[in-house]
Amino acid sequence: MEHNPADISPRPKNPTVGLPRYRRLRWNLIVIPSLAALVPLIIMAAINYRQDVAAYKSESRYAISRLLSNTRRSLQFALEERRAVLTLIAKNRSLEDLSNDARLMAILRDLKESFGDFVDLGLIDGAGVQSFYAGPYALKGANYKDQPWFHEVSLRGVYVSDVFQGLRKFPHFVIAIAREMKDGEYYVLRATIDTELLSRQIYALELIERADMFIINKDGVLQTRSAFHGEVLDSVALNIPPHILDREIIEEKDLPGGERMTMGFAAIAGSPFVLVALSVREASFTHWLYERSDVILFLIASVVVILVVVSFRSKHVISRLQESDSRRAKMLHNLEYTNKMATLGRLAAGVAHEVNNPLAIINEKAGLIKDIATHEGDFPKKDKIISLVDSITTSVDRCSRVTRRLLGFGRRMETRREQIDVKSLIDDVLDFQRTEAAHRNIRINVQSAPEVSPIQSDRGQLQQVFLNIISNAYAAVEDGGTIDVAISQLNSNEIAVTVTDDGVGIEPKDLQNIFEPFFSTKGEAGTGLGLSITKDIVEKLGGIIEVQSGIGKGTVFTVNMPVEKVD
Amino acid sequence: MAELRVLIVDDEEDFAATLAERMNGRGLIAETVSSGEEALIAVSRAVYDAVVLDLAMPGMDGIETLKRMLAIKPQLQVILLTGRGTIEKGIESIRSGAFEFLEKPIKFDTLLSKVNEAKSRAMALTEEKTKDMIEEMLRRWGC
Repeated sequence: MEHNPADISPRPKNPTVGLPRYRRLRWNLIVIPSLAALVPLIIMAAINYRQDVAAYKSESRYAISRLLSNTRRSLQFALEERRAVLTLIAKNRSLEDLSNDARLMAILRDLKESFGDFVDLGLIDGAGVQSFYAGPYALKGANYKDQPWFHEVSLRGVYVSDVFQGLRKFPHFVIAIAREMKDGEYYVLRATIDTELLSRQIYALELIERADMFIINKDGVLQTRSAFHGEVLDSVALNIPPHILDREIIEEKDLPGGERMTMGFAAIAGSPFVLVALSVREASFTHWLYERSDVILFLIASVVVILVVVSFRSKHVISRLQESDSRRAKMLHNLEYTNKMATLGRLAAGVAHEVNNPLAIINEKAGLIKDIATHEGDFPKKDKIISLVDSITTSVDRCSRVTRRLLGFGRRMETRREQIDVKSLIDDVLDFQRTEAAHRNIRINVQSAPEVSPIQSDRGQLQQVFLNIISNAYAAVEDGGTIDVAISQLNSNEIAVTVTDDGVGIEPKDLQNIFEPFFSTKGEAGTGLGLSITKDIVEKLGGIIEVQSGIGKGTVFTVNMPVEKVD
Repeated sequence: MAELRVLIVDDEEDFAATLAERMNGRGLIAETVSSGEEALIAVSRAVYDAVVLDLAMPGMDGIETLKRMLAIKPQLQVILLTGRGTIEKGIESIRSGAFEFLEKPIKFDTLLSKVNEAKSRAMALTEEKTKDMIEEMLRRWGC
């Protein structure tokens, strides 16, 4: 039996073998470029965040600081103004002039007209007794001798008190001015001022959002109302930084809930007051998220785009790689298969060769028996012996057909490649058959176009091809017929050989079967394998074989061969 | 027709002997040798109308033997008969000057007819050569 190599088709190895390797490779292909692209992006975003946070912090500090200094300035001015007025009164008026309730009342009225927030006015003598008083309360004759402020004012000449309720039952504070007489005696001019004065300075300023500003004394008691910390005279749990004196101090503190408080302290000179301003804002990160949504959106979009692109590209690359790997595996497998078939072919050829010699001996021995039996006179069972010998000879014929096919098969399994000049190859083939041509007086013309390129192919198999085709032509032509062989260059990578005979031609119905295995028009004489094997070889060598024929018109076989076979 | 002298060269001595016996039975004069070396000696000593030569032999192989034989007797007609035939070997033999290339096992009648063809060819060649020689001699002698 002929075995078509295509029947035992190569089965490529499973290309998905080694999948974890591809998964790992793909992972690397995703992670490394993603990191390369994302890290600078994230660093940029981080830099932006830091700058933004710094700007945001300094902005809050600046707002508080501005508020503090403006308010402090106006407060100081208001207090200074009142102190100056009282000092002026104490200096310009004689004691006698002031030692008069009506006069005091007149002054108080003037003060109220000018400033509005003076509540009462009193004159206290050196013994601490309020000898004259103008105001809504019955405080004439009150004795302040043991009060700390009285000592303070007698020592320093000026005194501004904390805010307190005192006898008057509403928050107020006191400004007292001491004046020394020529005789060493002194008196004190004491004015009570409504806390409104302080509040007005604070509220007069436009407050920034979510901010609070108030005044406390050095003991942490509220001197004005606070939006966050309570009413006047409530105690506030604030740590006033020590030694603030004339400076401003800004502190920042994180609050629970992601907010941040900026707090500023400023002492009001010449008073016990400390001005406090504070603002609560979102923590800088929250603020950044909110304010820089464009940056963040850009960042997220970039991350998504990078990941998607990298992931798709890596998938593409991996699938290409996988494809080429599987192609290579298939090629290796094919090579392995080809080697196997070549080995099988060599084995088949070797067996055939080894069998041929003993077969020839059997053939000749049997022939000799027949020769002897034929020439001998009659002897018992002579006919029987001759017919037995004939059947041996027939079997030998059958065996030799098998070995010839095996040889042909073996030869075709192994393709060698060498440079071949087609013209000389055909000349050799014709030479091989010249005795037949000479006997039958067949004319053979070989024509070759000038400069037909040599081709890379298998010499023996190509010889087989043209031997088969030319044998067919011999079989087709009458004695004295003509066979034309023409060799031409079709293009840079293809040559053509046409074998034309002027023989009987082929019927159209046979023409379509001519390359089928076991198809023969020669009856018993042909094996029906010649042309199917020829076509098989031509195609395996990368060529094409075609036939054109008609009854009485002769036959043309055309073989196109590549100059170099492309796998 | 004169007797047909055939030399059979084959390392399968059994085959050669049987073939020779059959040929002798048909009136040919067949001799056998079993190697290329012996064959060269034989052809240099005697005249054969045809040589049946095995291709694959230990020592000197068929092609080599063929070439050397032709070097000794250029008009010798050699039929290669082999069990290891391939197209390439066949073509090589023909190119090297063999008269025919046949494959074992072969029908005895086919072989006989090829031997006869070989003899005719040898005779034709000899005639031609003789004619050439006579013509050459005539020319040289200026006739």
